[in-house]
Amino acid sequence: MAAFYSLILVLLLSIAGYFGGSAAGTFFGIIIPYAAIAVFLVGLVYRILLWANTPVPFRITATCGQQKSLPWIQSNRLDNPASGTATVIRMALEVLLFRSLFRNTKAEIKDGPRLVFSERKFLWLAALAFHWTFLFILFRHLRFFLEPVPGCVLIAQELDGFFQIGTPILYMTDLIILAALAFLLIRRLADVQIRYISLFADYFALFLLLGLALSGVVLRYFIKTDISGIKELAMGLVTFSPAVPAGIHPIFFIHIFLLSILVAYFPFSKLMHMGGVFLSPTRNLANNNRTKRHINPWNHPVKVHTYEEWEEEFRDKIKAAGLPLEKV
Amino acid sequence: MSEETLSPEQLVQIDYTPSKKNWLDPTVEFRKGTYCYSGVAKHVKYLDLPNPREWQPTDSDWKLPPDWKQIILDGMKERLEKYRSFRLFMDICVRCGACADKCHFYVGSGDPKNMPVMRAELLRSVYRRYFTAAGKLGKLAGARDLDEGVLKEWFYYFYQCTECRRCSVFCPYGIDTAEITMIGRELLNLVGCNINWVIEPVSNCFRTGNHLGIQPHGFKDSMEFAAEDLEEITGIKIEPPINKKGAEILFIIPSADYFASPHYYTLLGYMLLFKEIGLDYTFSAFAGEGGNFGLFTSHEMIKRLNAKIYEEAKRLGVKWILGGECGHMWRVMHQYMDTMNGPADFLEEPVSPLTGTRFENALSTKMVHICEFTADLIKNNKLKIDASRNNHRKVTFHDSCNPARALGLFEEPRYILRKACNYFYEMPENTIREQTFCCGAGAGLGTDENLEMRMRGGFPRANAVKYVHDKYGVNLLSCICAIDKATLPTLMDYWVPGVEVGGVHELLANALVIEGERERTTDLRGDEMEQSGAETTDA
Repeated sequence: MAAFYSLILVLLLSIAGYFGGSAAGTFFGIIIPYAAIAVFLVGLVYRILLWANTPVPFRITATCGQQKSLPWIQSNRLDNPASGTATVIRMALEVLLFRSLFRNTKAEIKDGPRLVFSERKFLWLAALAFHWTFLFILFRHLRFFLEPVPGCVLIAQELDGFFQIGTPILYMTDLIILAALAFLLIRRLADVQIRYISLFADYFALFLLLGLALSGVVLRYFIKTDISGIKELAMGLVTFSPAVPAGIHPIFFIHIFLLSILVAYFPFSKLMHMGGVFLSPTRNLANNNRTKRHINPWNHPVKVHTYEEWEEEFRDKIKAAGLPLEKV
Repeated sequence: MSEETLSPEQLVQIDYTPSKKNWLDPTVEFRKGTYCYSGVAKHVKYLDLPNPREWQPTDSDWKLPPDWKQIILDGMKERLEKYRSFRLFMDICVRCGACADKCHFYVGSGDPKNMPVMRAELLRSVYRRYFTAAGKLGKLAGARDLDEGVLKEWFYYFYQCTECRRCSVFCPYGIDTAEITMIGRELLNLVGCNINWVIEPVSNCFRTGNHLGIQPHGFKDSMEFAAEDLEEITGIKIEPPINKKGAEILFIIPSADYFASPHYYTLLGYMLLFKEIGLDYTFSAFAGEGGNFGLFTSHEMIKRLNAKIYEEAKRLGVKWILGGECGHMWRVMHQYMDTMNGPADFLEEPVSPLTGTRFENALSTKMVHICEFTADLIKNNKLKIDASRNNHRKVTFHDSCNPARALGLFEEPRYILRKACNYFYEMPENTIREQTFCCGAGAGLGTDENLEMRMRGGFPRANAVKYVHDKYGVNLLSCICAIDKATLPTLMDYWVPGVEVGGVHELLANALVIEGERERTTDLRGDEMEQSGAETTDA
């Protein structure tokens, strides 16, 4: 049901974009995008600051390799970093390559009984493919927002259309992102366990991204929309002299409206894992606990049972056992 | 085991199909064998913890304080403000499900709420409802009201997690279920919902210094008993030093080492080793427990119980601290002690008096792991070892959760084992080192009323032992954790009969050639050694 509701919502949003854009271009083309960006920025900064200002009372690094101890034992610097530099490398591999997800396996009980582990790299592959192509596509879109278009953006475009298939030339990233999103969606629906844990929000994010990608694909390959009007609109937005030129295809308003929703929704959703991944205390702290004291800013005093109290309580027994006493 | 206990064949018939019901509607059934009894009032009271009373999880009325909901919500708010981990882990999970089958309790039970992601969602759903804007939308936003049904679910599932952190290794954001469970248990404790297997040891520990409630004379008796046993086996006379002021090293061990089996043989191992190298050390009857069930209660309780370690080191005037074989104790000593009870600026940088090695990795806490200490001794040829004395043991090594995922102590114990045993075999790689599986009974769940759940949770570990048992004839599962030593024997009897459980220093001491000892015919357990020509080697 959660999947169905979120699909309906994204469809409704698309319809709103389609008809709203034609009827109220300024609202859907200018006001909503600006508002969405504002919400995004304020929300993002708020959330990051909220996390960053919450103390990290203990250094709870999760170690995934040999510690640095005796000099003749080879330590695993990447999975058990003892220094700041090594931690940065560990984090970089996590953020850029999703290293932990790469470990993924599937455990199954077979006859015997035997617990058998098998490789499960597709989640990692699809996640990596989605995130990297999304970034690449965003970068490619800079051609709408910059004049002249920087050389690196043009090169990215060239690379993306390297195989020169069709007119307009097919971008590889468009195929990859759709395939990756489809995989992630089908996995959520087909795997009973994953379906059980999935919430409305999980499907909503996927459908929103799929809607965004599909509307883009339709604009480029099927409608082959005139991009000069779109560029004019985009340039107007970034130079703060917005205007909606005539003749923009209504599908474009689906595209920009879904994007606006995504951007505005971002800071209030699980999509904030983008910022959170950098702040995770199990990963972004070096395992140097015994070398360097970690300070807890709210290290409250607690009620303890002191040696004196202990000795007092068990005085006779300590004496009888012939153990030394502080106060004889 | 009672007659209603499932056989291994029955137990392994697990249905992984989740229920069709929406998980947001709380359902929990306290089925015999899958939950732990409540904390006994006198212990709760002794610790000044809230709401001491007579109750059991199976009661319909849990006798909660009238404002229990507010207490929990205030407690959540406080912890959201005090722990970045908690706030972040509430916020960023994408429910990718990579953690699901990484949990031994999920693998062994098939209960979908034992997937780590769900364990956290039990708390997250309440977090969303009361601490996020979208939560006002209710179920659609994955939010739900806090009611007694939810609280009962928390109790069931937060005392069905051993805080082993295996799932965290696989999480793309390092979300740590141990952290979630720890906070969840703290919240439950605020309204007096705890289990006796945790709260009684905590109360004992606060009073007597150890979980078992052994008083100073009992402590001394146990140590002397051990010394007598050693004299019988080796002919060597040992006088265990207790509360000795001015000793160089304070030696901290889990209390099970001197009161439970097979831990006891590890204690014999330490004592023999220290005798052989002439170490100037002392036990402490006050700090007679390194284990800390405070870790399974609340952060505050960790600090309350652990304060005695530095206090005693200071009182006795030792130079540094050595810690024995214990898993969760080492999580506390490594990740919490210095921050909570430090700085230990009255101690000196630990240096091995035998080898001169400076333990630079313990520069600040001044506390060294016995495996680090012993590995250094062997590396520097300070010990004479006859590994053939362990030839009757085909050994494998279980990485205990905390030394594995909180320290990364993998090679030190293996180095010792390889030197002390001729027959050492590793379990499959998905089940050792950072991917090691919990014994299924850590974090205070090792009680008999919870037996079915323990056997379920311990299945992945046991199954890996079975693999090396069948393939190489492994008959001894070694480990460096007191909870393991207490609970793995039951697990082995259930899943892999014929495998015993022992400590690394027990095996070392079996092989340790002591000056002036009588010829050993039995190991520390009194089991016959194989009488082959002794191939003495200098390690």
